[in-house]
Amino acid sequence: MNAYELIETSLEGSVALIELNRPRQLNSLNRKMVRELVEAMEGFDRDDQVRVIVLTGKGRAFSAGADIDEMTNDDSISLELLNQFADWDRLALIKKPIIGAVKGFVFGGGFELALCCDILITASGTEFSFPEVGLGVMPGAGGTQRLTKLAGRTKALEWLWTGERISAEAALKYGVINKIVAPELLMEECMKFANRLAKQPPLSLRLIKDSVNKAVDTSLLEGMQYERKNFYLLFSTQDQKEGMNAFIEKRKPDYKGK
Amino acid sequence: MFETIRYDVKDGIAWLYLNRPDSLNAFVAQMNREVKEAFKAASNDEQVRCIVITGEGRAFCSGQDLSEVDEKMDHGQVLRDHYGPMIKQIRQCEKPIIAAVNGVAAGAGFSLALACDFRLVSERASFINAFIHVGLIPDSGNLYYLTRLVGEAKALELSILGEKVKAEDALNMGLATQLISAESWEEDVSAFAKRIASLPTKAIGLIKRYLKAVSENSFEDYLEHEAQGQRIAGLTNDHREGVKSFMEKRKPVFSGQ
Repeated sequence: MNAYELIETSLEGSVALIELNRPRQLNSLNRKMVRELVEAMEGFDRDDQVRVIVLTGKGRAFSAGADIDEMTNDDSISLELLNQFADWDRLALIKKPIIGAVKGFVFGGGFELALCCDILITASGTEFSFPEVGLGVMPGAGGTQRLTKLAGRTKALEWLWTGERISAEAALKYGVINKIVAPELLMEECMKFANRLAKQPPLSLRLIKDSVNKAVDTSLLEGMQYERKNFYLLFSTQDQKEGMNAFIEKRKPDYKGK
Repeated sequence: MFETIRYDVKDGIAWLYLNRPDSLNAFVAQMNREVKEAFKAASNDEQVRCIVITGEGRAFCSGQDLSEVDEKMDHGQVLRDHYGPMIKQIRQCEKPIIAAVNGVAAGAGFSLALACDFRLVSERASFINAFIHVGLIPDSGNLYYLTRLVGEAKALELSILGEKVKAEDALNMGLATQLISAESWEEDVSAFAKRIASLPTKAIGLIKRYLKAVSENSFEDYLEHEAQGQRIAGLTNDHREGVKSFMEKRKPVFSGQ
């Protein structure tokens, strides 16, 4: 089923797996890879069989960053006209849960990609960093914005200005990642978590993600109005009936995603 | 490829000799770097199931070479640039590490021995936390390890009084695994290393990993780490071999995998 060149995709039950597949280049991201990734994500997002998407990298690193060669000769106008980050914007619109399984190096564009995930499970020993400052530039695919919203301005500035490596422990402490697991068990733990989410009612997960994302840059009152609409909306689902009936009948619910 | 150390791998054992006998194997920046590289090589070498570090000549390691110290030296930066990375590399290493302390281990040489998993001490060996004699504090992880080995009171005593600890006292204090007579030194070190190298190497690595997790985690979190560790161990061939040999009433032959 793999129609892609720089990524690999597979489906196990209701969990879709996307793997960055340039291990020799430590999965450095080029434009084609990002395009393939977005297309795969959007495909799985529309696929009824898929409930959760897992994103990881083949080899020892998740991704060591963007392909520098590709942009050495770019200028401001060529970048504006190329508008490559429009692909990244599409990642933010994926509605299903995205779980990132990250390890080794998560640098630059690779870090920005990780920050596009909803849940990050990290192998111990993983290092994160935004080294762009060392090349006379800065993150351009959401890094300054997403990191700041997660970790706060204080740490974000320190990390972005110095470009220093951030340990998994520090990333956990500042709310950048969800948990650290033994490297040997990264995929196993990640799949366990994914399968657990896959048993939850999909429409609830979907509207929870939608509402939580709303909270990131909306006033509390406005966000609560938004939340309410989503809450009411779920009462039109079969899964709401199933969930509540199962509760009353003291049995396990079986959710259909409808 | 190394100049200040010697590094050989034989029968699953990586032998690392500090090799500046004329200066009692004192540390210079190059030796910090080479020890670090040797540990990295041993960690990545699938053949290696045990690492032994020892000193060439009559000393184990006499600590920092004072000829490299001058007025302009930023002591903190030297630790960050040279000793810290070396000690971190050793701490990251999941293979069993034996310090075969053949003679004096002073200052950072003491710290180096402390960073290892086992300390085999020759009756000619001694430890001395010599830093105080030049108005400095124990470094290279020294106090971190020392307090864990002998407790705070004893660590304080050794660090402030800076007295020499003889091999026998080191054993009684819990600093050493085994005291070995000078006559059978090489033979006994070799036998111990062989024994360690024949154990389930992956499980040893996991024991080291999760021992560290003890002090870094709450009990509940620790139990989760432990479960992950046992899951990994449970997937090894050595676990299967252990169970199989038990059923077959024979001695297990572990491959380290």
